[in-house]
Amino acid sequence: MSATDTLSPRSAFRTSVWFKYASPQVFFPLAGKLIPIFAVIGALLSIIGLYLGFFVAPTDWQQGDSYRIIFLHVPAAWMSMVIYLALAFWAGVGLVMNTRLASMMATALAPTGAIFTVITLWTGALWGKPTWGAWWVWDARLTSELILLFLYIGFMALQASIDDARRADKAGAVLALVGVVNIPIIYFSVKWWNTLHQGASVSLGNSPSMEKTMLTAMLIMACAFWAYSIAAALMRVRCIILERERHSDWLKQYSESLEKK
Amino acid sequence: MMVWDSWSAFFGMGGYGPYVWGSVVLTFALIFGEICSLAIRWNSGVKHLGNWLHSEENDDDENKA
Repeated sequence: MSATDTLSPRSAFRTSVWFKYASPQVFFPLAGKLIPIFAVIGALLSIIGLYLGFFVAPTDWQQGDSYRIIFLHVPAAWMSMVIYLALAFWAGVGLVMNTRLASMMATALAPTGAIFTVITLWTGALWGKPTWGAWWVWDARLTSELILLFLYIGFMALQASIDDARRADKAGAVLALVGVVNIPIIYFSVKWWNTLHQGASVSLGNSPSMEKTMLTAMLIMACAFWAYSIAAALMRVRCIILERERHSDWLKQYSESLEKK
Repeated sequence: MMVWDSWSAFFGMGGYGPYVWGSVVLTFALIFGEICSLAIRWNSGVKHLGNWLHSEENDDDENKA
């Protein structure tokens, strides 16, 4: 007996609409249309954000021009955390609802998140050296961000070590969900502990303690990285679908329909 | 509009040039590298799919999803 036999026609319809985009065959062409949109948005916003940050924003009276690193550092740090939350969310959905597309989405997000974590750590070190006099300190903020990198690497390595794709999804999901505890630790570390890393310059409920052009440039760069991350994750999830569903009928029909055009 | 007096001042970044440009270069090198690796992965996926579609052992027993 299939699952729909137990449902009323109406709820079966609702379920089918809800799951429509959860199937790779519907999602695959949709993602293909979305990638160029997000890529263009990301590229344009990067140009605007970098122009504002590197040409228009004034020199900081305290830090000089080394502060301009934050136009990359802060947006990258935000993305490293946001992508992890998205990864854990999709991994959790894949685990609970047993939908393979959600698990593929989690897998697709991991390398992009790891890249932003590396960017965060690297730009932080290059900012820390002239400002604090040290490339690295074992401060709660820096250490928890380093743990985030290890979580990304651990997630990717664990999935790569398991041959069966669905088992790899499940094992990765457990790791990702346990690792979520690290995200509030990173975010609140500057409040909970006496860290060398400064507190949040921008937070909900407080007016930002930054000059307006600096703040605008930083927020535009954050939107640019956000758009880029979506484009990159969609590109990777399409690669994963192509690899995993290679022998499926829908992909065969889809590529044949493309060849006819 | 530009806050810099000259291009050399821009590249000098008030003495912090290596730190600022080191950050910029690594950030965009990693992003560029990711885009390239995705393009390579996509092309090899498409190639494999094409090989499979046009191969002779494309029998019914392999068609089952």
